[in-house]
Amino acid sequence: MSAHPRRLPTGGLIDRATKLSFSFDGAAYTGYAGDTLASALLASGVSLFGRSFKYHRPRGLLSAGSEEPNALVELREGARREPNTPATMIELYDGLTAVSQNRFPSLRFDLLAVNSLLSPLFSAGFYYKTFMWPASFWEKLYEPMIRRAAGLGRAAKSADPDHYERATLFCDVLVIGAGPAGLAAALAAGRTGARVVLCDEDPQPGGRLLSDNEIIDGVPGVRWASQAVAELDSLPEVRVLRRTTLFGIYDHGVYAAVERVADHKPVPDDREPRHRLWRIVARSSVLATGATERPLVFGGNDRPGVMLAGAVRSYLNRFAAAPGGTAVVVTSGDSGWQTVADFARLGLPVAAVVDRRPVLPPALIDLAQRAGARVFAGGTVAGTGGGLALNRVEIADAQGRRHSIAADLLAMAGGWNPAIQLACHLGGKPAWSDSAAAFIAGTLPPGMRAAGAAGGLFRLAQALASGSEAGAEAAADCGFGQALHSVVTPEQADATASPIWLMPATRQKAFVDFQHDVATTDVELAHREGYRSVEHLKRYTTLGMATDQGRLANVNGLAIMATLTGQGIGEAGTTRYRPPYTPVSLGALAGHHRGLDYRPTRLPPAHEVAEARRAVFTEAGAWQRAQYFPAPGESGWLQTVVREVTAVRQGVGVCDVSTLGKIELTGPDAAGFLDRIYANMISTLAVGRARYGLMLREDGFVMDDGTVARLESERFVVTTTTAQAGGVLSHMEFCHQVLWPELDVHFVSVSDQWAQFALAGPRARQVLQAVLDSGADVSDAQFPFMAAGRFRSAGGATVRVFRISFSGSLAYELAVPARNGAVAMAAILAAGTPFGIVPYGTEAMSVMRIEKGHPAGGELNGQTTAADLGLGRLLSTKKDFIGRVLAQRPALRDASRPALVGLRPVDRSARLSGGAHFIAPGAAMTASEDQGWVSSVAFSPSLGHWIGLGLLGHGPSRHGEILRACDPVRGVETLVEITAPCHLDPEGVQLRG
Amino acid sequence: MRIPCPHCGARGSEEFLFRGAADLVRPSADASAETWHDYVHLRDNPAGQYNELWQHQHGCRRWLVVTRNTATHQIFAVVDSALRGRAA
Repeated sequence: MSAHPRRLPTGGLIDRATKLSFSFDGAAYTGYAGDTLASALLASGVSLFGRSFKYHRPRGLLSAGSEEPNALVELREGARREPNTPATMIELYDGLTAVSQNRFPSLRFDLLAVNSLLSPLFSAGFYYKTFMWPASFWEKLYEPMIRRAAGLGRAAKSADPDHYERATLFCDVLVIGAGPAGLAAALAAGRTGARVVLCDEDPQPGGRLLSDNEIIDGVPGVRWASQAVAELDSLPEVRVLRRTTLFGIYDHGVYAAVERVADHKPVPDDREPRHRLWRIVARSSVLATGATERPLVFGGNDRPGVMLAGAVRSYLNRFAAAPGGTAVVVTSGDSGWQTVADFARLGLPVAAVVDRRPVLPPALIDLAQRAGARVFAGGTVAGTGGGLALNRVEIADAQGRRHSIAADLLAMAGGWNPAIQLACHLGGKPAWSDSAAAFIAGTLPPGMRAAGAAGGLFRLAQALASGSEAGAEAAADCGFGQALHSVVTPEQADATASPIWLMPATRQKAFVDFQHDVATTDVELAHREGYRSVEHLKRYTTLGMATDQGRLANVNGLAIMATLTGQGIGEAGTTRYRPPYTPVSLGALAGHHRGLDYRPTRLPPAHEVAEARRAVFTEAGAWQRAQYFPAPGESGWLQTVVREVTAVRQGVGVCDVSTLGKIELTGPDAAGFLDRIYANMISTLAVGRARYGLMLREDGFVMDDGTVARLESERFVVTTTTAQAGGVLSHMEFCHQVLWPELDVHFVSVSDQWAQFALAGPRARQVLQAVLDSGADVSDAQFPFMAAGRFRSAGGATVRVFRISFSGSLAYELAVPARNGAVAMAAILAAGTPFGIVPYGTEAMSVMRIEKGHPAGGELNGQTTAADLGLGRLLSTKKDFIGRVLAQRPALRDASRPALVGLRPVDRSARLSGGAHFIAPGAAMTASEDQGWVSSVAFSPSLGHWIGLGLLGHGPSRHGEILRACDPVRGVETLVEITAPCHLDPEGVQLRG
Repeated sequence: MRIPCPHCGARGSEEFLFRGAADLVRPSADASAETWHDYVHLRDNPAGQYNELWQHQHGCRRWLVVTRNTATHQIFAVVDSALRGRAA
């Protein structure tokens, strides 16, 4: 047997000079460039493509496009394995591998086809009825069993090795679909000079012109299409996006499309993304998405060999592959006769034509005679026969007599459903059109026009004329060219259009939704059980909920329900269409935002110095911060941190604090503005001094804290916490621009402009002196605690010095322009070497602030007030400020609120556990006995035992009390003593040293 | 959604920070507790035209008053909050 038993000897848009090898279910095949996986397998004589979702029935190709419900395969292998890919959308490439899915152990012999015999169990709502009891069986038995039996392909199990990208396009006119209407629209708009984007899911523009045997302007439709594309490609403002599916429409002319850049290759080229997600911003658009052919619903309509009539023409004309040897055509109107004509032209046998109409025009009778086909006018299909492939069609003629016709292909033409999904994404409702015998878009989104079959204009001449008109009007809307006078004959009664044709029920199952195995009996069951509205029907039967989103199934399902309820289909309406139009890979949506690239990584200016010192880094928002600096021989982080803290407390250390938010303010009203946004008084701050600043939200809770330094009378620099740097800036901008625009103040974030280092420890002053110009006087008398000033470094560079301390030791913060950050850090470490300086990280910083009882992340949690943190005395009574009034609410002043305390283990060798809750000794460990929680813990090298901070009801009056710190998550309970928050040097002697 | 920023032109809504009601007046410090409660906590939630605050965070960083139909997302007007009084 030839390798291509079904390949036609001539014709098609395939390149017979380029032969491609591929495998399907492990068997080797060949095809040609221009084939899809579906057409190449079809030409090779394959008719069985998959097993159905619930009943494991054998299934073949139903369509030739993205609406394919049956022929879903797993494409590629390993990390690139992609499940549920329609074979009709896979462009063949050399070396392609694909396997069928949802079959066990093989496609031809599927043990689970026994489900078909159990079909009463699997009817609509079976989930709700069958697997109810006992409840414990669900997770262990029923769900795994159902997942094995039903379901689709397997996802890849390792990380996707390819990359994806997102991009944005702006245009005047977006044309969606490159069939005859879309090409005409793009030409009309492009010739005006408007910026036009034309996109189509197919690799080759042309739409139905590639599949139907049409003549335009005296040339074959295929040639007309390629000439149109050549002209479009020559226009500088026109961009044609191939392999690009427009899948969603959003507000204000925003459209989303996915371009399958490299799916037609074994692997993407170097630096090429697999998919590209386009956001297209268009001023106007033309919906030229065409239409999807409606299947007919009759017994046995899912047998491999039953195919849509338009798809049959695609395989014949575009791919030169005959889907069968002998055909029967069943049609509700003229559409199926085009397929008869193509068969006759190619000399292929048509055994019979079944037409819904009792009387047919003489031209069709002539055509049937030429094709050698028996005609059953007014007949129906009563069933199909065959095992894994169709071998006969049972026809009931107009008189009800049965005829069994041998055939291996049944082409069905039930009319066309305009592809209006996109037009409805913004909430527009489909409207039933009697003349088109289909749902068309009721109201289109702003700026959108429909053309051709998408607008219910199915004839080629109408498609071309309406496309030109829509394209010209869309361009004219954007100020290009002139609108055409109407060239389209308004929607007219189409003689061939028919209402939806529902055939009488027969013994065999008649499928409505092929992918989800929903049959007419399921719709009838839903009706009997009261699930009659279209939305209930959908959810009860899962009609239209598969990956094809009911593009083939919905209208038929609704028509059956409308018949059962005695409504017109227009009254019954449709379910709501939502994006995406076809499945979109998660990779395309994520683009480059995955793994380490999920968000940008921010590195402080002195990062390289910490790296050279072998720091271990931690994430702080987007920042990478040095967490600790292990020394050779250290056994773990705790040993390192103990060494760093000890070095600072007894000598000197330096820590990069560049990630703090920094905002610089100037202007005559700068001081007054700061008074309004900080709870404490700022305007009394002297030039050259710094002060702690506490910021509340308007609801009275603490927002953030930091330091405020007055550099000049009208120049301040304030710091924020690392986490709140963006939020505080935005809040300040809100306060200025919205609340008090009359204040003459200007401010800007300088977080990225200044690198900042904390230099801490009893020897900090000596190191500072060595770093600064020899003339600088930083003696305690000249530069006391909370002083702020500008100095020169020994090398002559600008240094801002603030004598502030988060660690509680004598400390300075040095700020230098960011470009000098790495040099400055290295200079500090070099100058400090004689004094035994160590770099320390965020972990040691945290230990020291817990020793000092300073609130930070665990305490500044958005739910604490100034009073809760022991900072109530800071709230000024001499001015208005954000949060002043609501901070005084009785509930926020309630002494029973959890407030800041210190704690230490009664057994000093015990370890503390962050997140533990305070429970009184002897009380039950229940939520009602909960008195507060441990918010921060650390091992204090200075004290030689674990310490913590916590938030405890009536906390400040309970120092000395013994409580249990219970951590049921870690299964730990520790007896603790409540103390003042400050564990070390409460008088601040070290600070002022 | 696209918001026509008076300083930068039409930009995607992801460049903006949303903050809700624009027509609130911050009460004086001696206003009643009810007035403050109203200002901080209570909001209308109209299905229809509404004046909202949006900050063009990834652009000019200005706070804008956007008049928008919350049901259809139609935008009627956008003004800089600080210039609002002067423009009226």
